[in-house]
Order: sequence, then C-alpha cells, then structure tokens
Amino acid sequence: MKVQRWTRTSSLFTGGTAVLAVLLACVPLVFDPDVVQKLTTLLILVLLAAMWNALAGYGGMLSVGQQAFIGIGAYGTVFFARQGVSPYMAMILATLLAGAISVPISLFALRLRAAQFAIGMWVIAEVISIIVRLDQNLGAGTGISLIELNQYEPNFRQAYTFWLALAFAVIFLAALFFLLRSPLGASLQAIRDDEDAARSLGVRVAARKRLLFVLAGFGCGAAGVLVVANTLFIEPSSVFSVQWSAYMIFMVLVGGLGTFEGPILGAVLLFAIQTTFTQGGPWYLVGLGATAALFALALPRGLWGTIEERLGLRLMPVGYRVVEAQREKKVA
Amino acid sequence: MTLVNAVLQGIFLGAFYAVLACGLSIMFGVMRIINLAHGDVAVLGAYIVFVIVEHTGVSAFVAFAAALPVMVVLGYILQLTVLERSLKAGILTPLLATFGLSIVIQNLLQLTFSPDVHSLGGSAGVVTTSSWQVTSGLSVSALGIVVLAVAVLVFGALQVFLSRTRAGWVMRATAEDADAAELVGIDSRSVYARATAIAVAIAALGGLFLGIRSVFDPVSGPTQLIFAFEAVVIGGMGSLWGTLFGGIALGVAQTLGAQVHPQFAVMAGHLLFLAVLIVRFGGGRAVLPGVRRALLLRTAR
Amino acid sequence: MTLVTVESLDCRYGLLQAVRGVSFEIGQGETVALIGANGAGKTTLMRAVAGAHRPHGGRVVFDGIDITRIPAHRRVALGIALVPEGRRLFPGLTVEENLRVATSRRRGRWNVKSVLEVFPLLQPRRHVAAANLSGGEQQAVAIGRALMSNPRLLLLDEVSLGLAPVVVDAVYRSLTDVIREGATVLLVEQDLTRALKVAGRVICMLEGRVVLEGDAASLDRDRVVRAYFGLKRPA
Repeated sequence: MKVQRWTRTSSLFTGGTAVLAVLLACVPLVFDPDVVQKLTTLLILVLLAAMWNALAGYGGMLSVGQQAFIGIGAYGTVFFARQGVSPYMAMILATLLAGAISVPISLFALRLRAAQFAIGMWVIAEVISIIVRLDQNLGAGTGISLIELNQYEPNFRQAYTFWLALAFAVIFLAALFFLLRSPLGASLQAIRDDEDAARSLGVRVAARKRLLFVLAGFGCGAAGVLVVANTLFIEPSSVFSVQWSAYMIFMVLVGGLGTFEGPILGAVLLFAIQTTFTQGGPWYLVGLGATAALFALALPRGLWGTIEERLGLRLMPVGYRVVEAQREKKVA
Repeated sequence: MTLVNAVLQGIFLGAFYAVLACGLSIMFGVMRIINLAHGDVAVLGAYIVFVIVEHTGVSAFVAFAAALPVMVVLGYILQLTVLERSLKAGILTPLLATFGLSIVIQNLLQLTFSPDVHSLGGSAGVVTTSSWQVTSGLSVSALGIVVLAVAVLVFGALQVFLSRTRAGWVMRATAEDADAAELVGIDSRSVYARATAIAVAIAALGGLFLGIRSVFDPVSGPTQLIFAFEAVVIGGMGSLWGTLFGGIALGVAQTLGAQVHPQFAVMAGHLLFLAVLIVRFGGGRAVLPGVRRALLLRTAR
Repeated sequence: MTLVTVESLDCRYGLLQAVRGVSFEIGQGETVALIGANGAGKTTLMRAVAGAHRPHGGRVVFDGIDITRIPAHRRVALGIALVPEGRRLFPGLTVEENLRVATSRRRGRWNVKSVLEVFPLLQPRRHVAAANLSGGEQQAVAIGRALMSNPRLLLLDEVSLGLAPVVVDAVYRSLTDVIREGATVLLVEQDLTRALKVAGRVICMLEGRVVLEGDAASLDRDRVVRAYFGLKRPA
C-alpha cells in the first residue's frame, strides 16, 4: 500500500493544462476580436468561480457579497487611470487595491457566522456601491467608461485584455493549486470538514480562512478589472450587482463545490448557457436559480464532485490517494 | 422639531421594517434558517394582492384577506419541498437553496408581470393619504399609525400564541430541542411547516404595506430582505420583540441619516447594522441581557 | 405477555457500529435494567426502541406491531416514552409547559395534577423555567414529562446521572411508585446496586452486544461485574 499524489491520469492532465495555457495564449493571434472578447468573458467566469469556491468550498465561507471586490477592481481601474497611470498599470494597481481592502474587512467579517457573514458581505458591497455612487468623478450613478483604453487599437486592446485575463486566471488558479497541495491545503480540508475538530488539533483556523478571504479579494478584484477592460463601460448597479454572486453560486454548485476542477466546469457551463441564450432574460435566470437550488438540495457535490466520486477520477493532483493491492481507495 | 419629526417618521418606517422582518425572525428562531427568498416572498404577496385588486376592484386590505390563505398554502409548500430538505443538510444548504429560490421567484414575477413598478396605494383608500399636522414641524400619517398598530398587534399576537397556547409551547419546544420534542410526541415536521406558513403570511403583510407605502417591482425582493435581516440582527437574532425594536431602530437610523444627506438614508441603516455586528463580534446574543430573559424564543447559540 | 421484542438490532453512526445484533424480550409489567460501561451502546439501543435512531438492521416489535419504521413522535402515541439521557428538558419552558407539551391522546392516570402529586417537590416550582431548576427537579420533570403520554413502556436513560445520592434516592422512590402501578420499564443505570435492586431482570451490554442476561435475584454480582467489564473467567 502506498500513498500516492500523482497518478498517471493527473500527470497527463497537468501536462495537458500547461499545453492548454500556451495554446490559449495564441487565441488573439488566431481569432476575431469578438471571439476574443467572449473568451475573455469565459476566463473572467473561471476566475470568479475558482475564487468563490476557494471561499465556500475550501473555507466554508458563503459570501453573497464578492461583488464588492469586483466593483473595487473595476472602479479602481478607472480611478487610477484618471490619475494618469497607464491603463494596464492601473489594472494591476486596482487588483492590489481590492486585495488590500479585503484585509481590514476580513478582520471583522470572518468573526461572523454563516448567514451573518453571507448577508454582512452583501451589505458591505452595498455600502461600497453607495460610496462609489456618490463620487461624481467616478460617474456617480450613471456609469463611466475607461476611455484611457481608447489609446489602443481595438484588436490590440482586446488581445492585451485577453492575455491579462489569461495571466490572472493562471496565476490565481496556480496559487490555489499550490495552496491546496501545501500542508496548508490539508488543514483547509480539515477546516472545511469540521472546524472545531481542526481547531482542537492546533490548526490556526482564523489565519487560514483569512488567507482564502484575501486571495478571493484579490481574485474578484482582478475579475472586476477584467470586466471594465473587456466591456469598457461600467455602472454601479451592474458591477456591484448581487447577480455576480448568483453566477458564482451557480457555477460552483453545479460544477462541484470543494473540488478543484468543478468550478472550471461550472464556468464553462455557464458560459455555454449564456452564449446559447443570448437573449438572456427571465427564463434563463429562472433556470439558473432553479438549477442552483436543485443542486444544493439534491446534488451537493456538483457535477464534478459526483463524477469524481463515481469514477474515482482525479485530474489535478490536489489530494492524496491510498493505493491498496487489489483496489484503489481515495483519501483526501 | 425636524429632528423629532424625523424620529417619529423613523418609528413609522421602522414598524414597517419590523413587519417585514417578523417572518424572517420566526423562521430563524424556530428552524435556524435564514430564508434568502424572504423579501421575494413579501413581494410575491404584494403581487397577489395587486392581481386581486386589478380583477375585482376591492380595496387592498380586502384583497389581502383573500390573498392570505394562498400565501399560507405557499408557505406550507415551501417548507415541505425546499426547506425541509435543507434542514437536514449542512449550514450552507438552506442559504444556497433559498438564494436560488429567490432568483426563481424574481424572474417568474418578471415573466408574469412586466418589469414596471406597481403600487397598492391607490386601492388602499383614504389611509394612504390622510395625515394630521400635530404641530408645525410634526406630522402623523394615518398609514404610519396603521402600520405601527398592526406591527404591535402582530408581535403581540405572536407573543400570546407562544406564551399562552399549547401550540405555541410546542413550537418553542421544537425550536429549543427538536429531537427531544419528537420524543414527547411532537411532530417536528408539521411544527416547522406551521412556522413557515406563519412567516410567509406575515411576509405577505409586509408586502402589502410595501405596496401601499411605496412601489414594488419584480426585483424589489432583495432590498426588502436586506432591511428585514438588518432589523433582525440589530434587535438580536432569535428574539421576537428584539425584531420589533430592531426594525424601529433601523427606521430611525434611516430617517436620521436622511437628515444628513438624502442619499445617506439607506447607508445609515447599513452602518448601524455593521456596527451592531462589529460590537457583537459575530455572536447572536441580544444587546440587553435583561430583555433577553423576558423574550420567549431562545437566542442563537 | 411479551410487550417488546427486539430482534437482531444493528445500529450505526456512520461507520461506527454501536449496537450489534442485539435481541431480547420484555414482558408486560416487567422492570428490566440495561447495564454496561460507557460506550456499550445502551443509549443508542434506548433511542432505537424509542424511535429516535433509525436502525441499520433488525426489528423492534411492540405489542405485536413492527414499529421499526415508525418515527419517534408516533411511537409516543402507541405508548412508548423515553426519558432521555441528560434529561433534555425545554429550557425556556416552565415546568408546567414542559409537561403540557407532552400530552397525547392516550388516556390514563397521568396528567399534570397527578404528576405533581408523585413529585411534590415540583409543586412550588410549577411556573419556573426549566433552565432554572436544580438537577433533581429537572430529573423529576423529565420523568413526569414522559409519564404525561400515559405510556405502556417507559424508557429511562441514566436518571441518576449528575445527581447527588440523596436526590437519586428521592427520584427512585417516586419511580417505584410508578413501577408499582404496573408500568413496563426498561432503564439504563450506571449504579449496579440500584439497578439490581429495582429491576426484575438485568441485561448487560459490552461493545454493542448483549453479554449477560438474567434475573436480578439469581445473578451473582461477581458474574455481573465480570460481564460489565468484559473480563474472562479465570481458568
């Protein structure tokens, strides 16, 4: 019997992922700006799903207010650009700002339990949204454009934005991946399974959760940055909308809460649904909401979680496997 | 005088928030569930009243009496389909399931009715518009009095129900220890269903008042949920009278905030809510220990 | 006449098996003591009989009816009442309210008045919240609460737990009154002496299994102690 980390499947797949990243980098060189813009949207969804999963799936924190950081990332970009910073530099700064703001918020938010945390974060998002709305320099309630990006030709702008999106997605997914493989990762699993038991074993629960929270702050901020880079125009009611949380919940619940691959699957699914039902509108949202609720009640492990369980499949080497002589049994 | 008037209007506003929050508080007190679709349920109630008013021309209050049994049935259905299953799963499941439900309700409403705003003020009769000028700076609206009176009545009736009737004791017992309740012959499933039905009915009442006081549209739900939740938290989670006081505190905070700057009203409420959360550091204990002992529902762990 | 039959009962908590293949019978009017070390499975067994724990396998038959799938609250209507370990009163409810929520449709001699007669220490505390009662008072309420449904089978789980000996004496004195009226009782008791004194029959459990069963009078205390601790007889 041995404890295994990498299986042949996961080695193949991880190698494949690296190849995929390189291939994706070539996208702007091959496709039209419209397609590139859509794929940028997909990357934004992947990022958001991964971050929400980091919070809820690995940290047990259900936030209905991550749009706060999306908004900070988006409006932060505009703010810095208006100060004269070059647009893409402004995007980096705005991401850092979002992450930085998440730290003081975490000091208070992480003390809250389930429902209070969920709605507390939502209220915080509303507060930030109101503050932004009051600022005339940021377009007040009517919205604002990142006109500084007009200095770039549309093709190039779309390409840079896409590469930035790809870079963010890779960075945050990699960060999460290494986090989960580290001893920190095992303790995170423990926290998720039983917080009190983990605490009694000496796991520094608060610090771990703060790390996830701040990571998600950075990540959602990055997503917000990408939103303004991709669509150019933002307004408080859309960028601070609780709709973002709805999307994140759907992607992660349907994809697979607490799995690494699940959120990515969920993001791809949502993207597919969004592009198919371009009319959007109420029916498709009814479907989204109903599906999320159904998964929460009936298939809590999500699609990927269920597949993983049934087939014993693990594509990314995040957990450990105990391999016995006759049968393989999974542990982590 | 404007300050006093602001406080007075805040009390009226707060009474409305208290009614809105009452159902949320009941469901939390009995089942430890926060129904994220609560605001949408209230708005649904407003729409049902609206439909009855449109088709029959009766006053909004009469229409509400007719809408009430429909809401009660919906409450039972909600409990037996969505909420019961969530109860047995983890802590996050009820939040996730009700969040999904919230989106479903909002969008079904949007499909059935247009995204336009509606109001029930027109069909509520003279209540909507009457007011009395008490002094030069103080005015009291009939609607405000009615809502305040109804709020006190509703909370009072619940109090009597919980403290003096066997059904009320049964509900409190199930809230305190559902397992032990089963062992003495109480069917906790039906107690929960009853609690949800009551919560949904009172939420519909909140929806009625929302419609009369101002306007509503399919996506008004989340805003009402946030106010309701803030009222519950400010007053102390798990405490029934606390929710009434919390609602009033929220209302007063908002009207005082409006004195500072018109756009600051809602923000003031949010800040009070966050302040209360900070002070309590995520606990659920009522602010006034003495009040807690007098209250009937067990406070959160 | 047999009132309760437990057949090959198997109870689990996830992967942990708490009760393994337990079988026994209780006749009408009998008082049976269930003894065993902590973790032997006694409470789980009691809860399974009461309906609070769904068994993994086996059956519980009450008065000829297979009640294995019947939930706890309906077993109360059939005549089974459990006084749970740790009393589990409703803390915010008063003594009287605790008793009144436990009434069922079953007719019988027990009501609030008669319960308070059997436990006179409760009379002055009638309107006191259960959380403010002493341990002995709480135990009295817990037993009284179970009696309110006029049960045919009374299950008592560790009524002496956490109580001063003098208080336990009082509790047992009231219990013997109840038993004398003809109730069928299955009780879990840590105190061996007391168990052997009050019960007609004794069942000893160890690690989920029944390791000893017999009449209290004829059982040698030494044998009981060995079974209790799982000690083997010396060669």
